[in-house]
Amino acid sequence: MASLSEIASWLQAEVLSGEHLLERRVERAHGCDLMSDVLCYSQQDSILLTGLTNEQAVRTAEVAGMAGMVLVRGKRPSAQMVEMAQQYQLPLLFTRLSMFDACGVLYARGLRGNSHFPAKEGD
Amino acid sequence: MSSPGDQPEFIQKYPIEGGDFVAAGSVSINVKNLLKGIGFPSPVIRRVAIVAFEAEMNVVMYGGGGELRLFVSPRRIRLEVADQGPGIADLDLAMQEGWSTATPEMRERGFGAGMGLPNMKRNSDRLKIETGPQRGTTVRAEFDIC
Repeated sequence: MASLSEIASWLQAEVLSGEHLLERRVERAHGCDLMSDVLCYSQQDSILLTGLTNEQAVRTAEVAGMAGMVLVRGKRPSAQMVEMAQQYQLPLLFTRLSMFDACGVLYARGLRGNSHFPAKEGD
Repeated sequence: MSSPGDQPEFIQKYPIEGGDFVAAGSVSINVKNLLKGIGFPSPVIRRVAIVAFEAEMNVVMYGGGGELRLFVSPRRIRLEVADQGPGIADLDLAMQEGWSTATPEMRERGFGAGMGLPNMKRNSDRLKIETGPQRGTTVRAEFDIC
């Protein structure tokens, strides 16, 4: 388990929205640029790592019940995307690390993906 | 699907704009917020929101616009999402994971993996799709409140 605040620090991430929500704690991470897969395979209250910076990425994270979202590869989102994340109370982090490196850092710190958890309905 | 006498207490209709990728998904967020406001359990809200979102994206991407209708009763939530688009030529094929007719623009936005319809089935308790060439498509999904 880690707080979003710790995750932001480990990923040297800038917090673009949801600064007041960084005490949220997560144990699962989901790294994915395919929103269809997020809708299919993610679990509620995970953190989503993605390089996709459009409106649907934020809406997908909101619909899938993500605890927060990390934009990787230094891809800066539009002002509209940040505004949408603020509106949804969705913490949005921004890191220059690649997807692989960001996932690696979180894995080394103890976060895990779905394959490490017993399958539940909807997995 | 719904049994006689299971009258919905609340009905909400939302128009969906065809081809509007910027707004796509906003109707499903409204549905989610409404159900959250009513106080339904979080797991069922997530399932409804995911099915609504998948269906809404299909209406935006393929259906040329349509409408989402939400029926809420204490024991059951029902969604109807209808469009006037070209319909699904081969529904059995479309229900297979990975089958897709998505354009490059849809894929760039993170969709079109061919998981939409199977995921709707997985997240609903009952799913019925009426479609055919030039008849449009109507998706009906039901969710039991446990």
